[in-house]
Amino acid sequence: MVSDLRIAVDIGGTFTDVVLEEGGRRLTRKLLTTPQRPEEAVLEGVRLILTDAGRGFSDIAVFVHGTTLATNAVIERRGARTALIATEGFRDVLDIANESRYDQYDLTIEKPKPLVPRVLRFTVPERLDVHGKIRLRLDEEAVGVVAGKLAAAGIESVAVAFMHSYVNPVHERRVREILKVGLPDLRVTLSSEVCPEVREYERTSTAVANAYVQPLMDSYLARMQAALAAERFVGTIYLVTSGGGLTAIETARRFPVRLIESGPAGGAIFAAQVAARAGEKRALSYDMGGTTAKICLIDDFTPHTARLFEVDRAARFLKGSGLPVRIPVIEMVEIGAGGGSIARLDALKRVTVGPESAGAEPGPACYGRGGRHPAVTDANVVLGTIDPADFAGGTIPLDLAAARAALQRDVGEGLGLPTEMAAYAVYEMVSENMASAARVHAVERGAVVNQYNLIAFGGGAPLHAARVAEKIGVRRVIVPPNAGVGSAVGFLAAPVSFELVRSRYMRLDRFDAASASELLAEMSAEATALVAPGARGQATFERRVAFMRYVGQGHEIMVVLPQRPLVAGDADALRASYERDYAVLFERHIPNAAIEILSWSVQVSTETPLPAQQSAAPATQAPVPSGRRPVFDGRSGRTTDVPVYRREALPPGSAFAGPAIVAEAETSTYISASFTAHIDASGCIVMDRRAG
Amino acid sequence: MSQSNSVGLIDLQIMWNRLIAVVEEQAQTLMRTAFSPIVREAGDLSAGIFDLQGRMLAQAITGTPGHVNSMAESVKHFLRYFPVETMEPGDAYITNDPWMGTGHLNDFVITTPCFRNGKLVALFSCTSHLMDIGGIGFGPDATDVFMEGLYIPMLKLFDRGKVNETLMAMIRANTRQPVDTEGDVYSLAGCNDVGGRRLVEMMDEFGIDTLDQLGDHIIARSREAVLVEIAKLPKGTWHNTMTVDGYDEPVTLKAALTVSDNGIHVDYTGTSGVSKRGINVPHAYTTAYTVFGLGCVVATHIPNNAGSLEPLTVSAPADAILNAPKPTAVASRHVIGQMLPDVVFGCLRQIIPDRVPAEGTSCLWNINVRGHVKGGEGGNYGFGMAITSNGGTGARPDKDGLSATAYPSGVRGTPVEIAETQTPLIFWRKEFRPDSGGAGRSRGGLGQIMEIESGIAEPFDLLAAFDRIDHPARGRDGGGNGEAGFVALKSGKTLKGKGFQLIPPGDRLIVMTPGGGGIGAPAERERTQVANDLADELISPDSADRLYAYKPPQAAE
Repeated sequence: MVSDLRIAVDIGGTFTDVVLEEGGRRLTRKLLTTPQRPEEAVLEGVRLILTDAGRGFSDIAVFVHGTTLATNAVIERRGARTALIATEGFRDVLDIANESRYDQYDLTIEKPKPLVPRVLRFTVPERLDVHGKIRLRLDEEAVGVVAGKLAAAGIESVAVAFMHSYVNPVHERRVREILKVGLPDLRVTLSSEVCPEVREYERTSTAVANAYVQPLMDSYLARMQAALAAERFVGTIYLVTSGGGLTAIETARRFPVRLIESGPAGGAIFAAQVAARAGEKRALSYDMGGTTAKICLIDDFTPHTARLFEVDRAARFLKGSGLPVRIPVIEMVEIGAGGGSIARLDALKRVTVGPESAGAEPGPACYGRGGRHPAVTDANVVLGTIDPADFAGGTIPLDLAAARAALQRDVGEGLGLPTEMAAYAVYEMVSENMASAARVHAVERGAVVNQYNLIAFGGGAPLHAARVAEKIGVRRVIVPPNAGVGSAVGFLAAPVSFELVRSRYMRLDRFDAASASELLAEMSAEATALVAPGARGQATFERRVAFMRYVGQGHEIMVVLPQRPLVAGDADALRASYERDYAVLFERHIPNAAIEILSWSVQVSTETPLPAQQSAAPATQAPVPSGRRPVFDGRSGRTTDVPVYRREALPPGSAFAGPAIVAEAETSTYISASFTAHIDASGCIVMDRRAG
Repeated sequence: MSQSNSVGLIDLQIMWNRLIAVVEEQAQTLMRTAFSPIVREAGDLSAGIFDLQGRMLAQAITGTPGHVNSMAESVKHFLRYFPVETMEPGDAYITNDPWMGTGHLNDFVITTPCFRNGKLVALFSCTSHLMDIGGIGFGPDATDVFMEGLYIPMLKLFDRGKVNETLMAMIRANTRQPVDTEGDVYSLAGCNDVGGRRLVEMMDEFGIDTLDQLGDHIIARSREAVLVEIAKLPKGTWHNTMTVDGYDEPVTLKAALTVSDNGIHVDYTGTSGVSKRGINVPHAYTTAYTVFGLGCVVATHIPNNAGSLEPLTVSAPADAILNAPKPTAVASRHVIGQMLPDVVFGCLRQIIPDRVPAEGTSCLWNINVRGHVKGGEGGNYGFGMAITSNGGTGARPDKDGLSATAYPSGVRGTPVEIAETQTPLIFWRKEFRPDSGGAGRSRGGLGQIMEIESGIAEPFDLLAAFDRIDHPARGRDGGGNGEAGFVALKSGKTLKGKGFQLIPPGDRLIVMTPGGGGIGAPAERERTQVANDLADELISPDSADRLYAYKPPQAAE
């Protein structure tokens, strides 16, 4: 019999999560990450979970792997000794960046430090123009001289990023040929391959990031492959990309920059699966952990995607303070609002929460490990939504008095508020921050946030989801089971896929169907080839997209193209489609303005059937609370006794009204008085807003 | 405090945060929909919400200071022309009056009343820089404002939802870029609508009918916070003088900064008189950059609004270049106006030297170009673009200045590949200018060198508006001056810092932006920092030796 045993591993900063699925069953394991040699925790976790399942390494059919290693290498500056070869006259593209300050009023900011210092940034004479025409031929002798310098400087990996190479890669390719002759072991990243898009800073930054993490990821993946082989593993290994697709090791080694931010992508896929099962066509995934909260829009069970991501943002998650990487990513907003986020008063006596986090050590004041400042978890303990005796399944007893003292000292005193109100203020502010982030994010994507339903997971989200939903006008909140290892569960549902994006300018009023079709066919062939080693013969499908804007504008809107060669008549349909989307986003469309296409994308994926929508669970008897807890509500100023249910004791079909708390080992869900709740067929807690 | 008051306080704080999010959304919408490259690529815009008295309650973080603080005044002018009782849903008002807007004709300001349940509750205003508004073009050569382009008085742009077609036709007929300009007007109006919709949602959620209580809270808290910061400073008056290039004669900027219990006042008595050319600064713009400089030092993290601005006041004599009356020419008012934070810092460093940087390039070194294109022009007449670029900022007391970075302006640089998409130009060089940062214990930021050529067999126009060519950024406490700026043709001829000049095909325009001033004696600079600068070729071996008294290890043997 062919094995269907599949394992997913998500290496996070603190924990390594392992999930095993076989037949209908799912097992999970959580281990501490081993930062020096991450494969140790991975192998240990796999060994343990296989024992749990009564299986061995040779039984594994598919092994899916997501990792923050590439991200961490950038953040901790642990990548390879990397150089850059740029067009003569453009040595400082990485430093000049966009010439701006990410904080308008702060005179003391530091700019992000480029991954390649100036001393290792070389230039050679060559120049292409905006149409890809050669204005200055590549000086091959100069390339030879640079090759000598690379060897002398002990460079392991080099990025080549020339002006306008996204239109014509001829000079970048020639440089690689020349370098490979004398330096066969040198790893070479071409900007025209890793990011063939206009805007020199983002393209160069992406190419450099790829070069920077490549040797490290190469050696890690090789060690991982060898270690699995030694255990008699014979299945297929996949890596998870930031775009939420799976890729074979060969492709991952060529474009390791695509592996940045793969963990959160898994969370979004997890939420998409939950949405499909529940039949939620518009869902907002809301993942709140210890340090941050992440929010992602999911339409028709597909997470929204973007083409630019910033790694290593400076404090406060400020836009523009990180290193840009232009790759297909699942688009999320991330804000410094987690259970460990610290609350305090600012100079104006306003309550602020985060982005500083108490982390796991010392942790919130209530952990009793020396944390003196109040965190969001402290506020929940004081309000009563967390039971201090039943946190993390009772394994971490919490100190209520310490939480009260910290809140009173840092928040209550300055505002003249009693401790409960101080806790309420912190709870409200952090919920507002998340609501705001969701609202702004939705608008940036042209979505109306109150038409979405929330899918809440991660340790903190189920405590705050009801309040966030009230603030943004959401009618329904779903808290799925296995919320603590959501990313790894999501990996197992991801398709094998690869997306290519290329800049190629075309005006819609001079639409050249033949050349567009030729470009798309070329991209299609390339993407198919990149997917082939992972797809292993599975059927694939394509999605083709054009990024369009009014002539003269700076930001594009994505328009889906038909899956066939384009014809002249398609221009009208594209225009209509663009104008419709534009009006939805920005209230008005602009009469008679010309439209242009900047970039094109082709994504090739295997089919991964979404779970079918489940039928409603038959109603059961009203559940019996396991106890009651006093919970303080700041709006009414009253403390109410709220029933507490054990999640494992709630069968599908159970229904009850808020206010209520559902407790489980990984987290607690707070259902406010404005919601009723039931358990659906797959064990999700479904909270519905009461009418009125 | 009673329970309901406690909730009231928490709600007020939350709504304050919400207003800041609302105007940020307004600004992001403007940036995403703008046509003008200086708006969409560089962020030359501002957005804010105002109460019915015209008090600014919140401004977007995205945007640039010269716009924000002058727009704060602008809405009061709108209210004089369009009293609140005359406002109707669907209305929007427009002006580009330099004295009632943000200081030059290129900036359109649009104000939109926001109604909830038929009742006027707030005003949204926004402004952005349009690339061409006719006249002589975006340069300093005009001798009065009437030469500088189309002058739009306070007018209705939308009347109960209906666009003013006559005005739109006038606008289209008076610019070299009718397509982009019309698009930008729609983009401005659209972003105010987005802000209004979001405000109404907030008021519904919190069940409030007016912004009165919220506005009072924001303004009182902010004013109080600024006064607390000011109270930490010694009282008294401090003076500073700085001279810059001007158009055809140097301009002296003279300030007296007085710290009192009521706030900080800056008076510009003694400053040069108005210029014959377009570098004059209307008072609102003078106030904008003066107050911005003060804010960076004394109120860094206090949100900008009518309350935080109130304790910071500015005056200038009636004939001064910093209080230029109509109809003086003002198109390039930023060249002088953006110098004002440096002037203010020169006063403040006498009290709080540890918090104040040395002088920097300060004015944007925008490369304003214009010319013909080959082939279709898409409804516009030729091309025109302000390619935003910058020199170095002044050294900070414990950090180097920032290289090729805008300060005080908040705009971003234009990507070369985008500039080459929008114009038929080719950049042969855009990189750091070694040795341009003023030497010091902390070094000034570096300027950059650009070489630009026409990519077609046509000349192009340079509408120069550069400063700090004759008067570089000064170092202090033993730190060296930044290098002065320089503009020339590759073939050898030095060009003027200001005014229209033709760049012939086949030749190249060379632009070297200035460096920032240094702080402290260069000999006291950390040796590892000097070694790194030398290895990175940010300073030459000669400078290392001569200015920093640094001997590389091998040379010492």
